[in-house]
Amino acid sequence: MSDQITRGGAETPPAFQIVDARVAYDGNPVLDGLSLDVAPGRTTAVLGPNGSGKSTLMRAMLGIVPLASGEIRLHGTPLRRFRDWRRIGYVPQRLTAGGAVPATVREIVASGQVAARGRLSLLPSRSDRAAVHEALEAVGLADRARDAVRELSGGQQQRVLIARALAGRPDTFVMDEPMAGVDAENQLALARTITHLRDRGSTVVLVLHELGPLEDVIERSVVLDEGRVVHDGDAPAVTGACARPGHEHQHPHPDPNDPDPRAAEATDGAPADLIRLEVPGRD
Amino acid sequence: MTELLQYEFMRRALIAAVLVGLVTPVIGTFLVQRRLALLGDGIGHVALTGVALGLLTSTSPVLTAAVVATLGAILMELVRVRTRTSGEVALALLFYGGIAGGVLLINLTPGASNATLTSYLFGSVSTVEEQDLWFVGALAVGVIAVVALFGRELFVLCQDEEVAKAHGLPVRFLSVLLAVTAALTVVIAMRVVGVLMVSALLIVPVAAAQQLTRSFRVTMALAVLIGLFSSLGGLTTAFYGDLAPGATIVILALAVFCLAVAVGGLLRRRSRRSRTSDTREPVGADAAGTMPQTDRGRVKQ
Repeated sequence: MSDQITRGGAETPPAFQIVDARVAYDGNPVLDGLSLDVAPGRTTAVLGPNGSGKSTLMRAMLGIVPLASGEIRLHGTPLRRFRDWRRIGYVPQRLTAGGAVPATVREIVASGQVAARGRLSLLPSRSDRAAVHEALEAVGLADRARDAVRELSGGQQQRVLIARALAGRPDTFVMDEPMAGVDAENQLALARTITHLRDRGSTVVLVLHELGPLEDVIERSVVLDEGRVVHDGDAPAVTGACARPGHEHQHPHPDPNDPDPRAAEATDGAPADLIRLEVPGRD
Repeated sequence: MTELLQYEFMRRALIAAVLVGLVTPVIGTFLVQRRLALLGDGIGHVALTGVALGLLTSTSPVLTAAVVATLGAILMELVRVRTRTSGEVALALLFYGGIAGGVLLINLTPGASNATLTSYLFGSVSTVEEQDLWFVGALAVGVIAVVALFGRELFVLCQDEEVAKAHGLPVRFLSVLLAVTAALTVVIAMRVVGVLMVSALLIVPVAAAQQLTRSFRVTMALAVLIGLFSSLGGLTTAFYGDLAPGATIVILALAVFCLAVAVGGLLRRRSRRSRTSDTREPVGADAAGTMPQTDRGRVKQ
């Protein structure tokens, strides 16, 4: 399989087109004239240190945060006039999926269809229900559908949020740190889901603190710093432990007696302490 | 029970109680979900100004209360959005402005006394007139229609406003719609329990129901049952025991809440015990369910 994804064709506009975007909170610029095109059908990671504007970029791309200046287009349409919201699946950066009132996993996931289902269709159709089930299967939570979300672990709740984005069957995903608070095992499950989305031709933009198990899935890495793009590359941008954004935080070590995981990391450019994801047909 | 139904005023009171028990927990569920549990209180206080305006101008107090409460709810929603994070302060302003305006206007009204004020503060279900009943019935139909049409969108809004925006939902419109619906609900409940206790009917049945449930829909349904039980049971008890109806209804709802907390605690303890004893799955079977339930995962840094 080639890294060049050409499903979109030459005439298809970028999934996201960000032109000179500026966002400021209380006078402090968070996005400082940032421009970025995201081609449809590609899996793009947005990396960068804390406060570099990654989350703000994700939220500005969907109109959650207003721009001070600049323009954003979704699939060729200016954000203000964009109406095809069923194409968009958003995974917010949250550690919990519940509100104050209990809700089951299925209820939360089904709520992801709110843009795809008409206001007057009071009951879900067979295909709506199938989509919810599919989404739950994709994140490995089908057997927890009737449980209350608040009874799940943090990592499981994160997967509920991803399933919610999947349930509306969008083709464009924006995920804000989907790996935060997720243990290594669940990270692998998420990586499989994202690989599957990419193979289906979906556009995926995700904020990551580190590439981790997604290293082989990511087709392009954009690194932000102080609200600007400082690196934009096809391959994972930087190698070596020290150049890796967010390298300072703790990785789960499967073997505490491992003599020196950092030494192994330096030789092959991948952290030895994270399980590598095997994608058939790649490498 | 037959004795109860002999009186015309009691029949009207019972119908009002049914409408209130039915509608308030439905809206209350959304308010609790959105962490706006005290919104009903704020609107209730504003509604008092509306009541006083009705008495002063000799129009139907329920009608003027509906108008003023709706305006207050919209105003509060706007203040909440504009100034962000200071929703509590906006609520406080409404509390005091509403109650002061109400007291001031009632005292200006010729013929109105402290007794009139008290009947609206604490409810006077026995003085419900047929005209009130029609109005309250129409409001109740409107509230149910809003929830039937916009329920799924309101669920997403109350769950996570940012996600609602990312779905392209009209967040501003839905927020105002919920606030206005809450205002109308408060007016419905005002005649039965009074403006000071109106929020209890919005919140207490929901708080009781969620001790026992896992699902949003079931919580709402159970809250409606608890609401109906409290309002009908409270009214009947008040009739036979010669008690204040509004207060009896609220005390009954609170009693159900205490019971629900006790039963819910027992149920949780039992399910926890059964989970630790028979769900010891082999590690690595499948991702789901193999993590300890107490593991919140890693938080960055």
